[in-house]
Amino acid sequence: MDKLDVIIATDCGSTTTKAILIEKKDDIYRQTYRGEAPTTVEAPYEDVTRGVLNAIQEVEELSGRQILDGETIITPAEDHRGVDIYISTSSAGGGLQMMVGGVIQAMTGESAQRCALGAGAIVMDILASNDGRLPHEKIERIRQLRPDMVLLSGGTDGGTISHVVELAEFISAADPKPRFGSGYQLPVIYAGNKDAAQEIERTLGDKTALTISENIRPTLEAENLGPARHVIHDLFLEHVMAQAPGYRKLISWTGAPIMPTPGAVGLMMQTVSKQQNINVVGVDIGGATTDVFSVFDDIFNRTVSANLGMSYSVSNVLAEAGLDDVMRWVPFKIDEADLRDRIKNKMIRPTTIPQMLEELQVEQAIAREALRLAFVQHRALAVGLKGVQAERTLSDVFDQSAGGESLIKMRDLDLLVGSGGVLSHAPRRMQTAAMLIDAFQPEGITRLAVDSIFMMPHLGVLSSVNEIAATQVFERDCLIYLGTCIAPIAQGKIGALCAQYEIGLPDGTQSGTLNIGDLLHFPLEADQEAHITLKPERNTDAGAGQGRELNATVKGGTAGLILDGRGRPIVFAENRPQRTDQISRWSEVLDLYPR
Amino acid sequence: MAHAYTPGLRVTPQTLLQRQRQLPLKGEVVVSQGDSVTRDQVVAHTHLPGNVTTLNLVNILSCTPEELPNYMLKSEGDPVEAGEPIAETRPFIKWFKTTVKAPISGTLENISKITGQVIFRAPPRPVQVQAYIDGNVVEILPGEGVIVETTGAFVQGIFGVGGETWGPLHVISKEPDQILTPDQIDDSCADKIVVGGNLLTLDVINKARESNAVGIIGGGIRDSDLRDLLGYDLGVAITGTENIGLTVIVTEGFGPIAMARKTFDILSENNGKEASISGATQIRAGVLRPEIIIPASSIGEQAEKSDHPGLIEGALLRVIRAPHFGHVGKVTALPPELQTVESETHVRVLEVEFDNGDRAIVPRANVELIEE
Repeated sequence: MDKLDVIIATDCGSTTTKAILIEKKDDIYRQTYRGEAPTTVEAPYEDVTRGVLNAIQEVEELSGRQILDGETIITPAEDHRGVDIYISTSSAGGGLQMMVGGVIQAMTGESAQRCALGAGAIVMDILASNDGRLPHEKIERIRQLRPDMVLLSGGTDGGTISHVVELAEFISAADPKPRFGSGYQLPVIYAGNKDAAQEIERTLGDKTALTISENIRPTLEAENLGPARHVIHDLFLEHVMAQAPGYRKLISWTGAPIMPTPGAVGLMMQTVSKQQNINVVGVDIGGATTDVFSVFDDIFNRTVSANLGMSYSVSNVLAEAGLDDVMRWVPFKIDEADLRDRIKNKMIRPTTIPQMLEELQVEQAIAREALRLAFVQHRALAVGLKGVQAERTLSDVFDQSAGGESLIKMRDLDLLVGSGGVLSHAPRRMQTAAMLIDAFQPEGITRLAVDSIFMMPHLGVLSSVNEIAATQVFERDCLIYLGTCIAPIAQGKIGALCAQYEIGLPDGTQSGTLNIGDLLHFPLEADQEAHITLKPERNTDAGAGQGRELNATVKGGTAGLILDGRGRPIVFAENRPQRTDQISRWSEVLDLYPR
Repeated sequence: MAHAYTPGLRVTPQTLLQRQRQLPLKGEVVVSQGDSVTRDQVVAHTHLPGNVTTLNLVNILSCTPEELPNYMLKSEGDPVEAGEPIAETRPFIKWFKTTVKAPISGTLENISKITGQVIFRAPPRPVQVQAYIDGNVVEILPGEGVIVETTGAFVQGIFGVGGETWGPLHVISKEPDQILTPDQIDDSCADKIVVGGNLLTLDVINKARESNAVGIIGGGIRDSDLRDLLGYDLGVAITGTENIGLTVIVTEGFGPIAMARKTFDILSENNGKEASISGATQIRAGVLRPEIIIPASSIGEQAEKSDHPGLIEGALLRVIRAPHFGHVGKVTALPPELQTVESETHVRVLEVEFDNGDRAIVPRANVELIEE
C-alpha cells in the first residue's frame, strides 16, 4: 500500500456534509480537525461536491493545511500540503431505499431483509409468497414504491423454483421505475435458488438491470449474506449514486468506493467487535430515523427504524409509544393538548433547540422512547435462523422453542455506543448515560460510550482501506467513554433488598445495600478503574448467575459508575404522584438537571 | 455553519414565480412555449399502465405449467374481452370440457410455463396535469411537462393538508388575532378559499367543508383537531394527498397563534381575487411548504428582494419555540459568544425586543426571520 499519512474523509448526510482530517503523528493516527457545511444535493445547487468542497475548506482554514487546488483535492500529501487519500460515505437524498422479496416471509424474506439492512439500506417492503396479499395487490405495491433497487431471494438451492419465479413475474408485471432518472432500468439482484436463475433471467432480463448473485440462503441452516451485500454496494455506486446530482464527479475524486453511511458504521462496529473481542450495540438517533447495530458472537445485525426520530418523525414517536410511556420519564405534569402542539411544532420546525429546562426534559423523555422502540424492532430482527431443523436431545424435550431466538443477550453486552444529536449534544454527559440506560436497560456490567461528533461513518470507510488507522482513531478520538452501568437482573417490590455491594474506588472502599428501585452513583474518571463485589439476593442475577457473587474490575468515564437496582424491566411506581417522586429521586442521584 | 437561524417563510406581495408541472410517466405536452394558460387548463397528459390481474390456470385446467400453452386459445400480447374464453381443455367427452374466461378486458400479457400463471393487464388509464396557476408557459420539458411562470403575491404557510385547488379568497376575520367561529361560515363561502386570522378549530373547518369551501387558511390549528380531521395521528410531516374535501393551510404553527401581520395584510388586500393553493407539506429532504399564489396581484410595485440581509440588528423576527413562542420582535443585539440558556445548552443567542417593549435572550436556532 502507498504511504497513508494524511486522510480527508467526508460523510454527505441529508442535511450536513461533515469532513474530518486524520493525520499520522509519531506512528499513531489521530483525528485532528473537522469542518462542516450544508449538503448541496438539492436545488438550487444540485451538486453534492459543492458541500464537500465547503466542508473541506473549513478544515483547511482550521488546520492551515492546503488541501484544495481550486476544485481539485491535492494528492499525495507533501509537507503541509495535500492529502494521501480522500474517502467518503453518503446518505444524502434519503439514502439507499430497497424492496426485498423472498418465498417464505419468516425465512428467505427475513434473510433478504437482513442482507439489505446490513448493506445500509432502508427496506421499504418485503414481498413474499405468503405475505397475505393478493397478486394484484403485490404488483400495485411494487409499482407504487419506486425503490432504488430490488433484492429478490427465495428457495434454498435445489428447492422451490416456481414460487420465486412467480415473484419475478410480479416484478416484471409491475414494471417498476427507479426513484432517480427516468432513462435507465431498475437494478434487481437475484440471490435465490441457483436452479431458478435461468428462469429469472428470462423473466426479468429484458425489463430490469438484473445481476445474479450467490444464494443468501443456500440451505435452511445457513445464511450467506456477504456476496449479495457486495453486489448491493457495487450497484449503489453504479446505478443509484451515479444518478444523484454531482456524484459522478465525487466518485472520481475518492480513493475507495463511496459507502452508504449506515453500511460504513456497521463495518466499523464489526471491526471494533473483532479487534477487542467484545459484543457491541450501537445506536444512531437522527431527526428522521434511528439506526441500531449489534455484533453478538461475531454475528452482525443492523436495523433502521424509518419513522423514529427526534425532529421530522418526533410526533410519530408519540403516536407509537403513547403519551403515558413518554410522560413516565418526566417529573412534572403537562397538559396533553399543549404537549401535542409543542411536539408538532418541533416537527414542522425541526432545527429548534430546547431553551427551557422543561422542554429539554420532554425531549429527552421522547428520546428514551424512540430508542426503546428502535431497539424492540432490532431485537425482533436480530434472531437466529428460522426453519432450521435442529437435532434435539432428551434435554430439549421440554424446550418448545421453534428457532429464531433473539441474538441480543443483554447480559453478554460489553459496550453500548450512542450517537446522534440528542445523545451527543446533551448539556450533561450524565443525561446521555441515563437515556442509554433507561432505553436499552443493559443487564450485568456494560460500558457506555458516545460518538461525540459522529465519526464512525468516516472510520468505517477508512477501515476498508486501512484497518489499523481506523481503530487507532476510534479508540483515541471517536468515543467518549461515559462510564459503566452495573445492573442486577431483579424483580420485586420497590424497597426490597437486591444486593450487597463493595466498591474499591481510587479514594477508598465504599459498601452498602442496593434495594429494588435504587439508583446509585459513584464518580470514576475515564482513566480510572474500580473493583466491585456484588452479593445478590437468591433470586437475583448480578451477571454471574442467580444468587452468585460477582467480582469484576470496571472502568470509569465522564458519568462514572452507575449501580442500577431498578429491576429489569425497570419497576415503576403504580400511581402518577409516586412515579413523579421516583423520577425526581433518580434525577437527583445522577444530578441530571440543574435544581 | 451556514445559518444558525431559520431563514423564514416567503411572504411577498409581488414576485416572479415558476411552477413545474410534470407527468408521473412520459406522455404528451399539449401546450406550446409562450402560450398563456389558465389554472384549470390541461397542459400535458399520458396513460398510466392499467392494473394487472392474475389467474393461475393450472389449478383450473388440472394440467402442469409446461402443458399450459397447449390449452391456450390466446397468445401473449392478444387483446381480450371480459368473459371471452382464453383457454380450454379438449377431453374426449365434451361434457367434461373446462373453459377459462378472461376476468377483465385488456391484454393478455404473460403466460408462465414455470408457475402456470397468466397475467392480464387492463387498458391504460388517462392522467392529466393542469396548469395550477394562471400564467405563461416558459419552458417545455419534452414528453414530461411544462414550466408555467406568473407574477403575483406569494405566501408560504408552515403546514397544510389537502392538495392543489383554486378559488377566490374570502377573508372573514378583521384582524390577524381573531379566531373564526362556525356562525361566520355560510353558503357564501362555496367554492371559495376562506381566510381567518388566528386558530382554525375543527368546528370551523367542518362548517367550511359543509359550505363547500375549497380551502381554508388561518394562523394555527390544534393537533387534537388535526387528528380528528384526518381520522389518524399524523406521524411524519408528508402531506398533500389527504382526501378531506378541502385544503387547509396554517401559516404559523400548532396551537392558537395569530397570523403574522404582513401575511394577513397581503391576503386581506387580495380579498375576492382568484388564488391557487396547495396544502402539500414535506419537511424531510427537499422541504416543501404549503403555498398561496395570487397571480397578477396589483398590490405594490416592488419586486422581491433577491438577497435577504440575514440576521442583523433591527431585523424583524418571530420566536418559534417556548418560551415566547409566536411572539414577534426586533433584534436588538447579536452577541457572538456562546451563552448558556436555562436548559444548560450552550448556544449562539440574540437579544430581541418584542412589540410591548419587553426584551429577551433567545437561541438563534429558535427564531424565524420575517421578510419586510
